[in-house]
Amino acid sequence: MASIDTGGDGGHKKGPGVKKAKKLSTRVDMTPMVDLGFLLITFFIFTTTMSTPAAMSLFMPKDTDKPEEQNKAKESGALTIMLGNDNHVYYYEGQLTPDASNFKTTSFDPEKGIRSVIMQKKRTTPPEDIVIVIKPNEQASYKNTVDILDEMTIANIKRFALIDITPQENMLVHATEGTPMPAGSPQ
Amino acid sequence: MTPFVDVAFLILSFFMLATKFKPPEPVEITTPNSVSTIKLGEHDAILVAMDPKGRVFFDFMPKDGPGQSKKYDLIKNVNQGRNLGLTEAEMREFAKPGPVGVPFTNLKQVLSGQATNPNSWPGIPVKDSATNELVYWIRDAVTLLAGQQVDYMIKGDNSSKYPDFKNVLEAFKRNDIYKFKLVTMPEEAPAGSPLSLERASGKTTE
Repeated sequence: MASIDTGGDGGHKKGPGVKKAKKLSTRVDMTPMVDLGFLLITFFIFTTTMSTPAAMSLFMPKDTDKPEEQNKAKESGALTIMLGNDNHVYYYEGQLTPDASNFKTTSFDPEKGIRSVIMQKKRTTPPEDIVIVIKPNEQASYKNTVDILDEMTIANIKRFALIDITPQENMLVHATEGTPMPAGSPQ
Repeated sequence: MTPFVDVAFLILSFFMLATKFKPPEPVEITTPNSVSTIKLGEHDAILVAMDPKGRVFFDFMPKDGPGQSKKYDLIKNVNQGRNLGLTEAEMREFAKPGPVGVPFTNLKQVLSGQATNPNSWPGIPVKDSATNELVYWIRDAVTLLAGQQVDYMIKGDNSSKYPDFKNVLEAFKRNDIYKFKLVTMPEEAPAGSPLSLERASGKTTE
């Protein structure tokens, strides 16, 4: 250990009875501190919330009974999307034919699902004509509703409406899913 | 071992600074993801929450000035308007942060200290239009915030059903409110979509 030698080599020698003071080690045992440190790390890792919630704006139109105040939509630009239970998605373009031949089934698949249908519609329709009508039925989940509204943002669709499903459409949805129609609530 | 401990403490300080404690939520709600990026919490807010069981909760979060408690004013008006017979102490209890999730008739019971566990609350009635009590809560809250910018927030669980959402929208519409903010967790816009191209080009739209 380094120490300052006050005397020289030629200094007086200590006697045999004089003991040299023992040097205390300056090293502290850090193990408990590190233990505590890791405990805190684990605590903060588990309690931290990295992402804060964001808001999605939704503008609903005012309900109106007067036909002159209602928005008109061109049949060629209309795409109706219906949501069923268990993440099922159905759609048709224009008006529903009486034999329901244009009623199609799809999914929320990012590649082949409803997104590609919307993009296809966007490519084939002038932007000012396109209107998407979203009709969740009574078994659709809130998540699917938000997902489909999100698809509108993703595809940059400005005109869309969230309205109730008609009994006829709901019947088709239930027939496809093999679930019974809700009793007495044809909404 | 010293560098190892150094790194560990660096991580520790990072988490301590980056962490933001979640306000205690009486009801656990997992919100869906969306590509939206609008920030919350800058204005007075009315929050309606829907849990997976279809119960509806109402929360009023005004930005109070000093010495002001709009939530206390709200319960005072509700108490007078609907003859709930609440005492002063019960109204003070209501003014504390936290949602309401019971019909008007059970409100006294909850505020007087019985049935304080939110899991036992039945939720605010919204199912049918004659007994839709959410309409009155929203109306009274909106009256107090007249002339200010208010965020109408709707927070639903992934597995909430659409009819619940529709009933909540109905309650807002009956107060002539048509602009909502749905509370969601952010996610990335899918690559190659018009939205991601637009965001990459630096334009900002809502």
